[in-house]
Order: sequence, then C-alpha cells, then structure tokens
Amino acid sequence: METFLIAIATMGGLGFIFAGALALADKKLSVEENPLISRVNEVLPGANCGGCGFAGCYDFATNVVEGKAKVTGCPVGGSECASSVATIMGVDSDGLERMIPRILCLGGYTEAAQKMAGYNGPLSCSAMDLVSGGDKMCFYGCLGGGDCVAACPFNAMIMTSNALPEVIEDLCTGCGMCAKACPRDIIEMHPISREVFVFCKSQDDPKTSKAICAAACIGCSICARKSDGGVVMNNNLAVINYELLEPEKIPFDKCPTNSIRKISIPVN
Amino acid sequence: MELVLVFLSAAIVNNFVLAYFLGICPFIGVSGKLSSAFSMGLASTFVMVIAATVTWLIYHMILVPFNLEFLQYVSFILVIASLVQFVEMFIKKVSQPLYRALGIFLPLITTNCAILGLALFSVLREYGFLESIFFGLGAGAGFILALVLIAGIREELDLAEVPAQFKGVPITLIAAGILAMAFMGFSGLISN
Repeated sequence: METFLIAIATMGGLGFIFAGALALADKKLSVEENPLISRVNEVLPGANCGGCGFAGCYDFATNVVEGKAKVTGCPVGGSECASSVATIMGVDSDGLERMIPRILCLGGYTEAAQKMAGYNGPLSCSAMDLVSGGDKMCFYGCLGGGDCVAACPFNAMIMTSNALPEVIEDLCTGCGMCAKACPRDIIEMHPISREVFVFCKSQDDPKTSKAICAAACIGCSICARKSDGGVVMNNNLAVINYELLEPEKIPFDKCPTNSIRKISIPVN
Repeated sequence: MELVLVFLSAAIVNNFVLAYFLGICPFIGVSGKLSSAFSMGLASTFVMVIAATVTWLIYHMILVPFNLEFLQYVSFILVIASLVQFVEMFIKKVSQPLYRALGIFLPLITTNCAILGLALFSVLREYGFLESIFFGLGAGAGFILALVLIAGIREELDLAEVPAQFKGVPITLIAAGILAMAFMGFSGLISN
C-alpha cells in the first residue's frame, strides 16, 4: 500500500514539475504566428497539389497573408475558395473565373493516321517526344501517351479510343498539372467562358499539314482575314488574340479543316 | 580515460544507428538533405544528453531509494516526451523552415528507440553520473555521424545514375546496409 502511494506521489510530482517547466517554456517561447494564416489555410482545398506554384496549401496561405500571392492564386478552389480567402483578407475577388484545360489538338488516330514510324517504347509522351518526336508525322500534335492523364491528381482526364485526352469537366479543378505535363504544350489553361479555340498547334507549311492530318490548321488565314486582329497568323498557324477577339466576325464554317471552332459551354 | 572510452564506444564502435539499429526512422526519413539531417542530429543529441542526465538522476535519486524501479519506463518516457516538447517549441521559435523540414520526425523523437534505449542501457550497464552524460554525448555524436554520412551519400545519389528500380528508398536502404557493414569493422574494439 505504501509503495502504491509513493509511486503515485512520485509520478505525480515528476509530471507536475515537467508540466510546470513546459508551461513556462511555452510562455517564453511562444511564436507570434499571424492567425490569418491558419484561417486562410482552412478554406483552401488542402490537396497540396502545388498548382499555385507554392510548396503546398500552408505555404500558399502564408504567402497570401504576407501579400506575396494573390487571393485568387489557388487554381483548384475556384471562385468559391478565392472569395472566402478574399473575405478573410478583406479584399475583392472579382474577376476570377474557373480555369479549365483545353486540349488544342484534334489529330487522333483517325485524323492523323499516317505514321512516320512504329513506336515500341514506354507509353509516355515525354519519352516518345525524345525519340525523334514520336510516331506521328506531325511534330506538333498530341502524342497520345497519356502524360496528362497520369499527371491529373483528380482523375479528371481520360484517354479516348482515338488516342486524344479528354477532360471530365465535372471533376476538373483547374490545377493545371496536365498543362505542365504536356511536353508539346498542347494543353492550355483557359477561363471556362472562352468558346473559341484553334484546335491545332502545327506550324508546318500548308502542304505538309494538309497531307499529314485531316484536322490541322493549314494556315489558309481565312479566319484571320476579317477578324480585325482577333486571329493572327503566326508561322502557318492561326493564333487567337483573346483581347481583340469578336467571335461573330469569325467565319467558322469557312475553315477548310474545321480546326477553329466555337465550342458550346454547358450552362450550369 | 574511462569516460573517453564510453564516448567512443557509443559514438563509433557501438553506433546506435549503424550497430544497434536504433532510431532508424529519422535515419531514413530526414536524411534527404545534409542541413536538415545535421539539425535533426543536433536536436536528437540535445534530447539524448539531457535525457541521459535527468533519467540518471531520477533513477538513482528517486526510483532506487523508494524501490520504484518498476516505474523506470514510464518516468523515462515522461522525461523524454517533455524534452522533445521543449525542443519542438524551441525550434519553432528559432527557425520556422527547419521546423517544417523536420516535420513529423521532430515529435517522433519522443518514441525514438535510440533515446529510450540510451536511458535503459545506462541503467543496465550501471553507469555512474558522468559516464551516463558521456554515454549520451557519444550516442548523440554517433547519431549525428550516421545521419550526416547517409545524408551526404543521398545527396550524391541524387546526381548519380541509379537504375530505375533502385531509385529513392531502395538505394538508400542499400547504402545504409553498406554503411552498417563498414561500421562492423569497428566491432569488438571496445566492449559495450
């Protein structure tokens, strides 16, 4: 019985001493952390995907609070997240729109059927791109290796049977990892309200691109002619200048390969 | 002379990590970068030395006189946990980046078997007060040595052409094994 009491007293005493010392240390060593950081961190998605360019959600929150990052800097959280961050930081979040990847190549197996060579290596775009530019005749088009599908942290990308990736927009958070993974920069991040795209990146001369891919922009410049700068020609490729673009001036049905298109945006 | 032997024995001959395989998790977990590995080693050494001192005092001044030896684990853990808590506060105050670099491995020092092992060995081998402190110092120095060695190797490995199958953890484990094998060369020089 005596041992019992002594044991309890000993452990109690030791615990008391250490607890006291730690309480003292906590007072002396407390870190003044801006409480905003954890509040911002709470409204972030917490996926730590790095899509914002910082080392994770917490790092992003720190940089937002320190004014080094924009409140709209999180591409994953979308406008909802941006507006909550903006509320915490006391600023406006107007002008943020959901970003979505657009795959600017329509040259799948059926359209770009002509092959330069057989490819038998690892099924990865970056590997295929290294080996003399993949198996397609086109050096600008989608390789179909699925690096973007593998890079997507949200399973929002699939590879179609035509060997072109497709975005499942309901799952997409707009983090932009697919665009970074694409060795040919075919995937671009665009605000979701943008409707007009040139679905081709080929800068081949008109004859070549016409011969090797049915969906290529052949550089005929029909779309550019009356667009008042909305579409400019750059190395045999129509490039859209979104600031000057007036969609009604573009004769979409005149495009011989239908590579400049107006897509329909689902209303939600 | 005795004290030097205790120190060298703990640091090199019976290195906690490479000969006794204690405290492996920070050895693999925080050895990616030389600077954070060294800081982790320093933090652990601090905890080891203070823990060796305080646990010796508690054991010989409180537990033995009252016949409470059965409380040694729980009281040692209490000491170690408090020390780690203190180190954590200290590092958070002094260096935020280091605090985040060490991450979960810092609180994990609490249950690092190298540190509880140190306290228990010192009881088992009936070390005196000074011997205990030197034992803690030696174990800490050995821990830093092991961490810095493997971190240096891993930094070199980052630049080396490692076969795809071995990249990352596998090659680290192999390197650790070879390192442990090299330390076998010291075995038997000093008993205990």
